[in-house]
Amino acid sequence: MFETLSGKLSGVFDGLAKRGALSEADVTEAMREVRLAMLDADVALPVVKDFVNKVRERAVGHEVLDSISPGQAVAKIVNDALIDALGGAGAVPLNLNAAPPVPILMVGLQGSGKTTTSGKIARRLAQRERKKVLLASLDTQRPAAQLQLAQLAERAGVASLPIVAGQTPVQIAQRAMDTGRREGYDIVILDTAGRLSIDEALMEEVRAIRAETDPAETLLVVDAMTGQDAVNTAKAFNEAVGVTGVVMTRMDGDARGGAALSMRAITGAPIKLTGSGEKLDALEEFHPERVAGRILGL
Amino acid sequence: FTRRKLDDEALEELEDLLISADLGPNVAEKVIDSFRRAKFGKEVTDEEVRQALAEEIANILQPVAIPFEPDPKLKPHVVLVVGVNGTGKTTTIGKMARFYGEQGKKVMMVAGDTFRAAAVEQLQVWGERTGAPVIAGKPNADAAGLAFEALKRATAEGADLLLVDTAGRLHNKSALMEELAKIIRVMRKFDETAPHSVLLVLDATTGQNAVEQVRVFKELVNVTGLVVTKLDGSARGGIVVALADAFGLPVHLVGVGEQADDLRPFSAEAFARGLVGDSIKVIEREDIPAEGQEKGTELPQSEAEHP
Ligand SMILES: Nc1nc2c(ncn2[C@@H]2O[C@H](COP(=O)(O)OP(=O)(O)OP(=O)(O)O)[C@@H](O)[C@H]2O)c(=O)[nH]1
Ligand SMILES: Nc1nc2c(ncn2[C@@H]2O[C@H](COP(=O)(O)OP(=O)(O)OP(=O)(O)O)[C@@H](O)[C@H]2O)c(=O)[nH]1
Ligand SMILES: [K+]
Ligand SMILES: [Mg+2]
Ligand SMILES: [Mg+2]
Repeated sequence: MFETLSGKLSGVFDGLAKRGALSEADVTEAMREVRLAMLDADVALPVVKDFVNKVRERAVGHEVLDSISPGQAVAKIVNDALIDALGGAGAVPLNLNAAPPVPILMVGLQGSGKTTTSGKIARRLAQRERKKVLLASLDTQRPAAQLQLAQLAERAGVASLPIVAGQTPVQIAQRAMDTGRREGYDIVILDTAGRLSIDEALMEEVRAIRAETDPAETLLVVDAMTGQDAVNTAKAFNEAVGVTGVVMTRMDGDARGGAALSMRAITGAPIKLTGSGEKLDALEEFHPERVAGRILGL
Repeated sequence: FTRRKLDDEALEELEDLLISADLGPNVAEKVIDSFRRAKFGKEVTDEEVRQALAEEIANILQPVAIPFEPDPKLKPHVVLVVGVNGTGKTTTIGKMARFYGEQGKKVMMVAGDTFRAAAVEQLQVWGERTGAPVIAGKPNADAAGLAFEALKRATAEGADLLLVDTAGRLHNKSALMEELAKIIRVMRKFDETAPHSVLLVLDATTGQNAVEQVRVFKELVNVTGLVVTKLDGSARGGIVVALADAFGLPVHLVGVGEQADDLRPFSAEAFARGLVGDSIKVIEREDIPAEGQEKGTELPQSEAEHP
């Protein structure tokens, strides 16, 4: 598809076979193709508009060299701008700079992959960084959610907070942090129930959890297949709890993953990790350049 | 009432609204083009625009708004529930057990997700909630063998409806898709007409990838109908319009919450009305705010819309 986009962009400039500086008119036509490609990749419309405007500014007046066609020149400008917008080169690691036990809070919509990702992060920190990790499920909503996390903890080879029926999520969070302090854990991962961006009561609850635990990281877990609703999700969670990082799950699918750009644009928080499978080792660092290529259909 | 001419600019704003609802740029353009032919240049109020656009969309959805009705001649009517990870398959099965159980049908469920952590226990809770028996195997048991045994038992016990849960799987993973095909093959050794329905569960927050999901699941396991979940959220589920346009598969049911009663038959009118909900404002304002819509106006698919 990147080829298609470059192909289309070349098509736009066909017949012009021009050199020299790109004119406003040339670029406007090219930007129509860029807009379509991004919408097909599920980048949210307001984010697309903003991005296209910025790229247009960069492209107008750009000198096209002999060796490169105007279409390729614009494609490169778009790709570079997209990598920038996704956070530039290089991955941003988890911030664990706090006094242990360091709390990591996991939030997101229903079914986005929070519990699985909690297990993945726990495994990674335990194996790669030799951390002593405690997994705690604050999900009192979904049937068997606490058991799910307990089973994942076992698979990950880390501890999970014993399940006590009847406690509220805030009470569980307190107990998790107490246990973490008392038993000398380095990291406490707090998995929460999925919640809708418009659910005021549950947003208030996660705010209370945050106030209680003061997490070093508040990770918003987002499905790579997410469409235009990414804007609402990003805004609502960021306003409620202040997102410090994003995890994109299901990158093993064939979705183009435009939500990555929407998330980054709306929350300003870096995308820190990606999930690429159901197994606990399927967790990777985020590579902006790969995802840029994917959004444009490389 | 403020009247305004439905000009190019106004139509473009409406197209943006549809794109923001996940119809996708192509289908949004198609809908607006046909809308333009009917209404261009007319003086209209916001309410008229809202109604007319909702009608336009309802017309596309009408042919696929087909209720799910278990065939009373089948004992049991076997329903295989499939979809990518986390869309709401297990929850939908629990809700269906309640929905059809309340209609006096004898419902049984099969914990066919033998893979994900605590998937069996999750369905067992739904069994307790709805009173429908849950047939489960040992952890990591073969899902196809379990489905076969369950079908045998449900037939012996005279069940009306057998709801088979499956593990979530991405459509681009051919080994996992083959596993689904195997479940079907093995069930057919007992009843060659089974499964009688294959329901693909889609999450309303999904964007354009839903088209690929439907295409592949339909091709590999012969999906007979769709269920759209999480419509109680801010996502409009506009992808359903694109799917109706591309595949014409029945949309049977929608999920509007996490509880047992949060299942509704799919209504083309209610869905379309919810989708264009606040286009009312589109025609008044200069442009779409840079950060998307206001939160408070985004409950198009609330219970009120799906009575
Ligand atoms: N293919 C794939 N599946 C994933 C990935 N991450 C999670 N899953 C699957 O997605 C489904 C939902 O994951 P969960 O971890 O239960 O999601 P959740 O956000 O905790 O869900 P709720 O607690 O119900 O809100 C499960 O089937 C997981 O195995 C991923 O990166 N790739
Ligand atoms: N708000 C809302 N949440 C829903 C709806 N349907 C399901 N959910 C939630 O979505 C999450 C995932 O639902 P599941 O039923 O476990 O999804 P699944 O497709 O079985 O997931 P896997 O088996 O892991 O692939 C749970 O937290 C459910 O409570 C719905 O209609 N509305
Ligand atoms: K909705
Ligand atoms: Mg969970
Ligand atoms: Mg399930």
